Parts: sequence; C-alpha cells; structure tokens
Amino acid sequence: MEKDGRKKRGICLELFMTFGKIGLFTFGGGYAMIPLIQREAGENKRWISEGELLDVVAIAESTPGPIAINAATFVGGKVAGVGGAACATLGMVLPSFLIILGVSYLLQAFRSVRAVRYAFWGIRAGVLALILKALWTLFRQCKKRWFEIAVMVLAFAAVALGRVSAIPVILACGLLGVAHSRTGREKR
Amino acid sequence: MIYLELFWTFFRIGLFTFGGGYAMLPLIQSEVLAHGWMSLEDIVNFVAVSESTPGPFAVNIATYVGRITAGVGGAACATLGVVLPSFAVILIVAKFYGKFRNSRAVEGAMSGLRPAVVGLIAAALLSIGREVFAVPPGASWAQAGVSAGIFIAIAVLAFQKKHPVLLIGLSAVAGVAAGYALGL
Repeated sequence: MEKDGRKKRGICLELFMTFGKIGLFTFGGGYAMIPLIQREAGENKRWISEGELLDVVAIAESTPGPIAINAATFVGGKVAGVGGAACATLGMVLPSFLIILGVSYLLQAFRSVRAVRYAFWGIRAGVLALILKALWTLFRQCKKRWFEIAVMVLAFAAVALGRVSAIPVILACGLLGVAHSRTGREKR
Repeated sequence: MIYLELFWTFFRIGLFTFGGGYAMLPLIQSEVLAHGWMSLEDIVNFVAVSESTPGPFAVNIATYVGRITAGVGGAACATLGVVLPSFAVILIVAKFYGKFRNSRAVEGAMSGLRPAVVGLIAAALLSIGREVFAVPPGASWAQAGVSAGIFIAIAVLAFQKKHPVLLIGLSAVAGVAAGYALGL
C-alpha cells in the first residue's frame, strides 16, 4: 500500500510536469497544442496512442471548454484516474495563470504610458482583423444548409439587434439542433 | 462574495463555450461587460495579450479578470470556475466515449451549436468594430482612418496565414507611429 501510494504520487508529478511544459510552450492554445501533446504525452511518455489523441480532439470539439484542458484531463484520467486528471490539468493551467498574474501588474503599471496607449490603439484594429479571420475559418468549416444558415442569422440577430446575452442563445441553438435532427430522422 | 460571483460567472462561461479561443469572446463580452469588470476596449486589448502569452484564452482571461477585480484569490476562483466544467465533463465522457461520439443527441446539439458560434462571433465582430472605429467627440477623422488602414493591412496578412503574434506586433508599431505622427 505504502509503495503504491508513492508510485501514484510519482505519476501525478510526472503528469503535472509534462503538461506544465506543454502549457508553457503553447501560444494561442487550441489546435496549436495538439502536435506538442502528441510528442510529449504520446511519443515520449506513451500515455496515449495516436488514435486516442484523435478521439480526444473529436470529443473536445463537442464538449465545453478549451481543447487544452480537455486533452490534459483526458490523458491524466486515463493514466491515473481523477487524481491524475487533476494533476495534468493543474499543470496545464499553472504556467498561464502565473504568467497572466505577472502581466496583469505590468499592464496596470504601463497602461497610462503614452506609447503603450498608442500601441494598444493600433492593436485593437489588428485584433479586429484576427477576429474576422477566425470568423471566416469557422464559417468555412460549418455546413451551410438552410438550417445552419438560419441558426447563424438567428444567433447574430438575437445578440446584435435583440441584445440577448450569449448563454441563452447558445442553449436555444443547441436545443434547436437536437429538435431539428429528430424531425429530420423521422422524415427519413 | 466577489469570489463566488467570479467563480460562478466563469463556470457558466466555461460550460457554454464550444470550440474554445475566439468562440469564447461573445460569452466574455456579455458576461464580463454585464458585471462591469472590464470595458470592451480592455477586452479587445486582452485578446492581443492572450495571443502573445502561452496557454488557452479561457485560462488567461479568467486569471486576468479575477486578478483585477479581486486580487490573486479572485484569479484563482475565476480560473477554477472556467476549468471545472471541461474537467468534469471529460471525466464523465471518457468513461463511455464510444457511445458519446455516436450519440444522435450530441450530434444534433452540435449541428445547432456550430452555426450559433459563427453568428455570435459575427455579432461580436460588429460591436468591437463599432468600438474600434468610433471617433470620440473632438477627435479627428484621421484616427478612424488609421484604424481602418491597420485593420485592412492586418486582415490581408491574416488571410495569408501569418502568425498572430507577428500581426499584433505590427499593429502595435503602426499604432505607436501613427499616434506620434498625429499627436493624439
């Protein structure tokens, strides 16, 4: 029992360190993280096979939250249960957490500096372009039958014109999707 | 009870974000603005900060909002809140993911959620665009002109798949140069 406990602690530390490394070296998050997880958790540690990683990506797409957290929880859970999942997820989160804590003090200290104000003024226009690019990518990936187009327009109008907040819109659209897939099946 | 408020708000954001990254923006906008924790301008600034630092946007923004509203403890509460839904859902789903992946209900829900996210980001783009191109009273139109120039140039580069960090750097340089040139 004693030995078992020590072994489990060792694995937890290893999960924490590995996902800490992944969290520290991934900029932007999301899909940029997949190759790194593949190399560290797959090829180096052999915690997860390539097929399983593809499964995780597929699952992450239809579960809430960032793909990085989903993947860390999945791998940690597979290797060492709930405790392992917690260690891996904590490892993934901690680098960003600490870095942003530091950055938050810097931002507050320098935000009134003239050059910084100008820089962020320019950056806001740049970010708008990045959002446009993200929108285009998601639009292209989405199926565009009448149902999807209708949901897009509805969600847009509800928020942009109706001032509805995002969560009720997301809930309603998810339910619409379920209802629509049911009626579609009956017709078939 | 600011800790609880931060936890609960970011828990909801984490629970209802599908796709991560920019898909989170509409939720951040409606939830964080409603609480008055950040201005729209600050949210847009922070998108750039998050793109240029490691880690997922969700964790970054939760940590930041928590920190500026209630210190390090607030940061911990908000981050825990945003992570917990994914953590719990994956632990449950991992047990029977074959069934989950082939589930008609999940597939159906996703067929509604994917286009919804597109519509929501379009709405976010519109409101952020209004903010970026707004001409404050007494300011010259040249300001909006510079913003439009940066927006178009960066959009062209973004569609050529240039790295976001590079693009943010370029817009910062352009902003500083134009700012001093116009003497804002």
